[in-house]
Amino acid sequence: MNPALVRWLQAPSIILLLLWMIVPLSMTVYFSTIRYNLFYPERTGFIGLSNYEFFWTDAAFMPALLNTLILVGSVLIVTIVLGLAIAILIDRPFRGRGIARVMLISPFFIMPTVSALVWKNMLMDPNNGLFAAFSNALGFQPIEWLSQMPLFSIIIMVSWQWTPFAILIFMTSLQSQDQEQKEAATLDGAGFWSQFWNLTLPHLARPISIVLLIQMIFHLAIFAEIYVTTSGGPGYSSTNLTYLIYIQSQQAFDVGVASAGGVFAIILANIVALFLIRAVGKTLTV
Amino acid sequence: MNLLRNTALGLSLCVAAAPMAFAGELTIATVNNGHMIEMQKLTPAFEAANPGITVNWVTLDEGTLRSRVTTDITTKGGQFDVMTIGMYEAPIWGARGWLEELTFDAAYDVDDILPAMRGGLSHEGKLYAAPFYGESSMLMYRKDLVDAAGMTIEDNPTWDHIRDVAAAITDKDAGVYGICLRGKPGWGDNMAFITTMANSYGAQWFNPDWTPALDSDAWKAAVTDYKSLLDNYGPPGSEGNSFNEILALVNEGKCGMWIDATIAASFVTDPGQSKVDDKMAFAQSPQKATTKGSNWLWAWSLAVPAGTKQSDDAKKFVAWATSKEYIELVGETNGWGNVPTGTRQSTYDNKLFQDAATFDEAELKAILSANPEDSTLNPSPYVGVQFAAIPEFQAIGAAVGQQMTDALAGNISVEEALANSQQIADREMKKAGYY
Repeated sequence: MNPALVRWLQAPSIILLLLWMIVPLSMTVYFSTIRYNLFYPERTGFIGLSNYEFFWTDAAFMPALLNTLILVGSVLIVTIVLGLAIAILIDRPFRGRGIARVMLISPFFIMPTVSALVWKNMLMDPNNGLFAAFSNALGFQPIEWLSQMPLFSIIIMVSWQWTPFAILIFMTSLQSQDQEQKEAATLDGAGFWSQFWNLTLPHLARPISIVLLIQMIFHLAIFAEIYVTTSGGPGYSSTNLTYLIYIQSQQAFDVGVASAGGVFAIILANIVALFLIRAVGKTLTV
Repeated sequence: MNLLRNTALGLSLCVAAAPMAFAGELTIATVNNGHMIEMQKLTPAFEAANPGITVNWVTLDEGTLRSRVTTDITTKGGQFDVMTIGMYEAPIWGARGWLEELTFDAAYDVDDILPAMRGGLSHEGKLYAAPFYGESSMLMYRKDLVDAAGMTIEDNPTWDHIRDVAAAITDKDAGVYGICLRGKPGWGDNMAFITTMANSYGAQWFNPDWTPALDSDAWKAAVTDYKSLLDNYGPPGSEGNSFNEILALVNEGKCGMWIDATIAASFVTDPGQSKVDDKMAFAQSPQKATTKGSNWLWAWSLAVPAGTKQSDDAKKFVAWATSKEYIELVGETNGWGNVPTGTRQSTYDNKLFQDAATFDEAELKAILSANPEDSTLNPSPYVGVQFAAIPEFQAIGAAVGQQMTDALAGNISVEEALANSQQIADREMKKAGYY
């Protein structure tokens, strides 16, 4: 076909995609450089980088940045390790495997707000929660999860929700693993671990990098769990960047500062993505 | 995701500009609490009395409602003809000309509205929102436990007395905690209570020149006592407790005393949900240096945004929903124990209501004693008891609330929490150009 014609035919979808990305991005960048507080419509005008300065000199900024990275990092490690272990465990045929698989995957289909409420009120609550009941039965003081270790509690909730995603991806890709190769390795006397390191893990390299990248995108923007359970506290101990932006846009109604925060978040996402792609880059080219 | 969230705000500008309502059709935004749901059920009565007007409801939870209506009114979106707003928003929005002034005919009897409510919903003498349901805060306690300890609680007891009572009735082995107070961070959560406590110690949010006053000795004393009360006599996990969480604890009989919204009285005395319904008694909030501002004042109220094309119909609805006749209608339909209270003197004068409610006198006394225009011991420049009615307060209150929870959890000292709070407030006020 005529290459020019091909370009013309491709153009509408490419332009649409470009608009889809460029319009919100440029609006955010524009808002971040103007004075734009919904409560003071009369105050307008270009103010350079003041919004950025106000955002990053916020006492909550550094803790929020750290919390964001800790959240993303820990959830990634937990979900991938657990996901791998469980996927390999249920890879062998056993009675009731179908039901077990469905149940293992089901947490992923629960809405984050709902799961956060269940964790908060039914499991972690120090008065009425299940964990407190266990502690009391064993004669220990119940742990006040959300006030003593808020970030850890949120990591647990998010990991619980996202491990099924890792299981799902790993489980399906394990099914495409060459079974004859594994049998041959067994005949040659290779144990479980040496099979895992030399056959299974290389086979799963690509799905692992996919899980890493997709989850990273979602975990940089964790919000519902924090909003529902700790409201970012106590202090700043569970505030992440998303929550900080929410406070600026929905409590201070300062669109300018919130947009500056949004631009920070975009930059952070790109840095983390670059770092992760570098780290798993080799495996991507396998 | 962040990008999308932010630009959604901008895009909503364009979307909202499209006219949402047709002639004769009112779109009303409201909050999803019991009294408002009841109002929706009774809408047919309004529509029958006003042929040609139909009502569309947009019902949202408190947080969502607040951000939806605030975004709508500040961007002149025009999505709503009537908005449900709180006592915090009414004077701010009224001052900015975003709400239509409300004037009523003689039959409405505007003088029947409790003066504290009218004051809190007005700006420079002009009424900008009509109260639909109002509340204050008071002390609710287990009379059986206090009696058993050989003690009594009068109206406006001192905080020292409250400490003694809490110490006497706490029985942690039996799962009974002397006092339950809000600890969950939020300007409408822990800060609503802590501010009233601080007021009673003689503290205030801002000095007359608008500089924050959070580093005062009065604040330090109040927050220190608040923390020690909860540390010694409060339930575990107070850092996550707000109204609903504590209500559940009280209904289970786990709290000896509770200071919170007067509406709670109707729940804790309801045998259908409370195990201690016949053991509860009520008193006016505790004091230290003063009783001024020791109990809060709040009203969910109806307002008409400036610029709605159907302002006449909207005002008709506001007048209907906040009228004496509406309260009578609810009383006849659902029983007088379920009418929206806290708005009109005539409700409290009504014999049928007095018979149905057990807490009416305490509630009325609390509401009448609150004065949003004069709620601090020393002069302050703002309106509001448990908040300061300025746009910056939401963000400041939320951040300070976090500091208080951090102190309560023991991660930082009370001094640090207040120093941080002072700095946060100072930063916001400077940015907003107060000084």
